[in-house]
Amino acid sequence: MLRLHYNLEKISMGLVAAIIVAASIGGIVEIAPLFTVDETVTIPDDMRPHTPLELAGREIFMREGCYACHSQMIRTLADEIDRYGPYSLPSESAYDHPMLWGSKRTGPDLARVGGKYSDPWHVAHLIDPRAVVPASIMPAYPWLMEPLDTGNLGAELATLARLGVPYTEEMATNAAADALAQGNPDSDGAADVATRYGEKVAIRAFDGDPARLTEMDALVAYLQSLGTLTDVAFETEEVKVPEEAP
Amino acid sequence: MSAHDGEAPDVDPVTGYETTGHDWNGIKELNTPFPIFVITILGLTVVYSIIAWLLLPAWPTGRDYTRGLLGLDQGEMAVAGYQRLADGREDWMARFVAGDFDAIVADQALMAKAMPAAHRLFLDNCAACHGTDATGGPGFPDLADSDWLWGGDPATIAETLRVGINSPHPETRFAQMPAFGHDQMLERAEIETLTSYVQALSTGQADPDGEGGTLFADNCASCHGDGGVGGLGIGAPSLVDGHWIYGGDRATIFATLQRGRQGVMPTWADRLSEAEINLLAVYVSGLAAEHEALASR
Repeated sequence: MLRLHYNLEKISMGLVAAIIVAASIGGIVEIAPLFTVDETVTIPDDMRPHTPLELAGREIFMREGCYACHSQMIRTLADEIDRYGPYSLPSESAYDHPMLWGSKRTGPDLARVGGKYSDPWHVAHLIDPRAVVPASIMPAYPWLMEPLDTGNLGAELATLARLGVPYTEEMATNAAADALAQGNPDSDGAADVATRYGEKVAIRAFDGDPARLTEMDALVAYLQSLGTLTDVAFETEEVKVPEEAP
Repeated sequence: MSAHDGEAPDVDPVTGYETTGHDWNGIKELNTPFPIFVITILGLTVVYSIIAWLLLPAWPTGRDYTRGLLGLDQGEMAVAGYQRLADGREDWMARFVAGDFDAIVADQALMAKAMPAAHRLFLDNCAACHGTDATGGPGFPDLADSDWLWGGDPATIAETLRVGINSPHPETRFAQMPAFGHDQMLERAEIETLTSYVQALSTGQADPDGEGGTLFADNCASCHGDGGVGGLGIGAPSLVDGHWIYGGDRATIFATLQRGRQGVMPTWADRLSEAEINLLAVYVSGLAAEHEALASR
């Protein structure tokens, strides 16, 4: 065996070929499953894509680098289920391009943070984390109260539609209007958002002011949507809880 | 010059190792063999990987993957592990499912087991808004005092936890401080008068027969009670106890009257089990007594 390697080392092109073969095995094992990802990851029936406003919030989440400290994946560990709820399924992030699973937690996991805290808490926390969590080391993001730029949303929806996210042409055309309407429940377009994206979509003045659409509206809308796009994890990962006292 | 085929390999007489066969003006390079230790470890890792491929999920096969002889699945293992956690707590957690609060609070042994778990649960879920010491903050009520918006007995707290306040839950508790100024129910001058009156209420110097008193009786007393004593269990706080949710300074009271308030308590029905909600309710209802005991020490 060693003698074979010794002789192979003397044939430089043979060695190059052998290195390529050896390194490719590692690559193929990682890449090959992706070719069949459409068949192995089933999209749940109740799954909805993000609304334009939530999508804008997702962009801000990426812009501010939130993923560097907050993961969006509950791992397959008992303690994680105990703290955060059912572990994350691949289908839950099927519409995420790119996915934001993250690999490091300085702050808590956010995969199921939607609905856990109130909008005013998120606003106060993002403007100054120490105002509500004195021991927090999270940076402050006061500039999120600036107006939201909705100019690219239509094109973004169209791009995601090409990647397989079920956005219709109608959704892409109305993206900016829908974003505006989701942050103003009394507006004429609010009903259209519910029609297009489902009744479960939260339509509120997320930053407390329905008159202005800010980046805060978008980011809080996104955070409040995390873990609420589908109930599939709650349905498939049944844990028996005691129903009656013995 | 390199050693020619068929010739005996050139061996260094000092070390006993072969040389590479190259000769640079009399200098030769030893061809030291790999240490046996390294070769052994390399061999063991190869053997281990073959065993692992056989036992554990390993190779992708297009639409599937090799499951391994042990048939392990991380997801199932995690759920089973969580099940074990839940089963380990069941002996005392089961008492909280029924929610017989008087019996639970009276059972010292049960409380000694349950309260540390409740504290953990509080830190994971409630502390972000109400604070790690449960004393709240601007906009988030203090749970460690004895003032309650909806009621401080465990059953009422459990219901507040379950449905939330102004939450998306269909049975949510609903409480709204109207925006008297913004929605033009009162003139600016009237709001100024009311602001002064509410401040006076909290210090016990209010004159109920004055202009402020009349305004208060007409607009505020239906929710906050006669004289602003609160306690009607409809989410409107007492205004006479000196405790404030949003702040008792003039500017904050004016802002509350001008723009209204609609604080949100999320619903925990989907996130926590019935037993966990009851556990937290017992914990939270005992916080006031606990803090008083600490303060008097």
